Amino acid sequence: MSMTKSDGSAVPRADVSFNRDAVMPRLDWLCANRFLRGLVVPFLLLALWQLSASMGWAPSSSIPSPAAVAEGWYEWIAGPITPLAWYSGTWLNYTLLSLRRVATGFAIAAAAGTLSGLLLGWYALINDLFENVVNFLRAIPTTAWMPFIVFFFGIHETAAITLIAFGAFFPIATTIAAAARQTPRTLVRAARMLGTPSRKLLWRVVLPSTLPAVFAGLRIGLGLSWVLVIVAEMLAVQGGLGYALWSAYQVNRLDLILAAIISVGIFGLMSDWLLVRLAGLSLRWQRGLVGQ
Amino acid sequence: MNEFPPIECKSLSKVYRGIRGEQVVAFHDISLQIQRGEFVTLIGPSGCGKTSLLYMLAGFETKTSGDMLVDGKGIKGPGSDRAVVFQEYALFPWLNLRRNIEYGPRERRVPQAEMQVSVDGMLRTVGLEAAAMRYPHELSAGMRQRAALARVLVNEPKILLMDEPFAALDAQTRLSLQRELSRLSEAMNLTVLFITHSVEEAVLLGDRVLVMTARPGRIFADVPVSFARPRDPTDHEFNDCRRAIEDLLKQATNPSVGEYAC
Repeated sequence: MSMTKSDGSAVPRADVSFNRDAVMPRLDWLCANRFLRGLVVPFLLLALWQLSASMGWAPSSSIPSPAAVAEGWYEWIAGPITPLAWYSGTWLNYTLLSLRRVATGFAIAAAAGTLSGLLLGWYALINDLFENVVNFLRAIPTTAWMPFIVFFFGIHETAAITLIAFGAFFPIATTIAAAARQTPRTLVRAARMLGTPSRKLLWRVVLPSTLPAVFAGLRIGLGLSWVLVIVAEMLAVQGGLGYALWSAYQVNRLDLILAAIISVGIFGLMSDWLLVRLAGLSLRWQRGLVGQ
Repeated sequence: MNEFPPIECKSLSKVYRGIRGEQVVAFHDISLQIQRGEFVTLIGPSGCGKTSLLYMLAGFETKTSGDMLVDGKGIKGPGSDRAVVFQEYALFPWLNLRRNIEYGPRERRVPQAEMQVSVDGMLRTVGLEAAAMRYPHELSAGMRQRAALARVLVNEPKILLMDEPFAALDAQTRLSLQRELSRLSEAMNLTVLFITHSVEEAVLLGDRVLVMTARPGRIFADVPVSFARPRDPTDHEFNDCRRAIEDLLKQATNPSVGEYAC
């Protein structure tokens, strides 16, 4: 691309772009694939971990090697179920228990939190009535409720689900309430002018315009649900990844502790990914509007 | 048929509370009538209460004193008989263009088939058939304002209230939208109140130009613009009128009623 003068001769032009190929090694296969690029750093970290274990940089008694973790994990997943080895063969069962608790607790928090958030954000009267109570309850770390909840429900499934639902409710409700309060006034006026009665504004205008914040709130709530399921399983209920985590600690099985932590990480990541995909589908209208 | 003017204000005043609780008079003792099919442009310094007046007619704000009648009846809130076009378009970003235009008919429970026909017709009228499935943020400013116009006109309103609708558009787009609006308002026999900052726009579009004073706002001058359409901003006649209104706008800070006719 060169510019020409009116007589047709080329205008000399300083070449300010540097030649990337000369500066950086060519890794076309890597640059071309975004998925592969995302795997580079995790792979390097894993390699570093294995290296430090096999080179003896860290004593194997405190940090097991990835290979040792994989071995213990494999037994936890596929080992025979015997009364002697408490963990052998229980991974799937424990994982399903944790997933079910998170799913149930989060679903309750999502439904109640979205509804309350919209009502609190949109109706000034409801906000004035409940604001102090919500702020007070929000100021209490959810885990502080643990003894009370166990006392109330006993060592029972309900205790874990209640803790998750209660804890995830507040960030969801407050995030949504703050956004609903910011509903653009012109959009509300436009809807009224086009014939929407004021009692239908919540559904017609406030909810759709708040939808991006709804998903932001749900994402925070989902993250918190995973925190709370682990706490509940460590302290209050039988079974689950948090329960396995704590049991492994009590018998000094660091490999199983790490296996449980990685399991939680994987499922946390997957559930978040699922939620983001879901948000992407319902926020089609927003594409290109943010974060392009 | 009733013969009430579509818009009538009698000694209308608006006072609202400022941020420190003080009373602010937006405008005071405004009386005006707008006849059926009339296109009235309203011009005045910033903060003279133009927008307040328009929002009160739309039913978004309440009056402080005086009377404000639409077709001889008091205003009880917003309604689709009084269409509003905002400067910032106010399209619903979560609905595609077609859905935005369908919003009014859906709220009025117009049967599906009938709605289909009128929305298609409206899309054609404003030249947006090809963009019907796009979302507002994918459109240019001019297309958005066209869509906003289509969204209200599909409800077949009698009154069109416009709050500086073309202020944010580039000159070319503004010109084409002004022409379209002129054509449509005449074809649909709309009664229009149009707020603008541009004297040229006021003269180009208006059957009458109202000039308001600075706060507290009053109607300073009511100038009939009688020469034929389509108007050419480069005409002598046009420029004389424009100069006269610019003078009036300058005087509008002095409290004496001006009179002038183009």
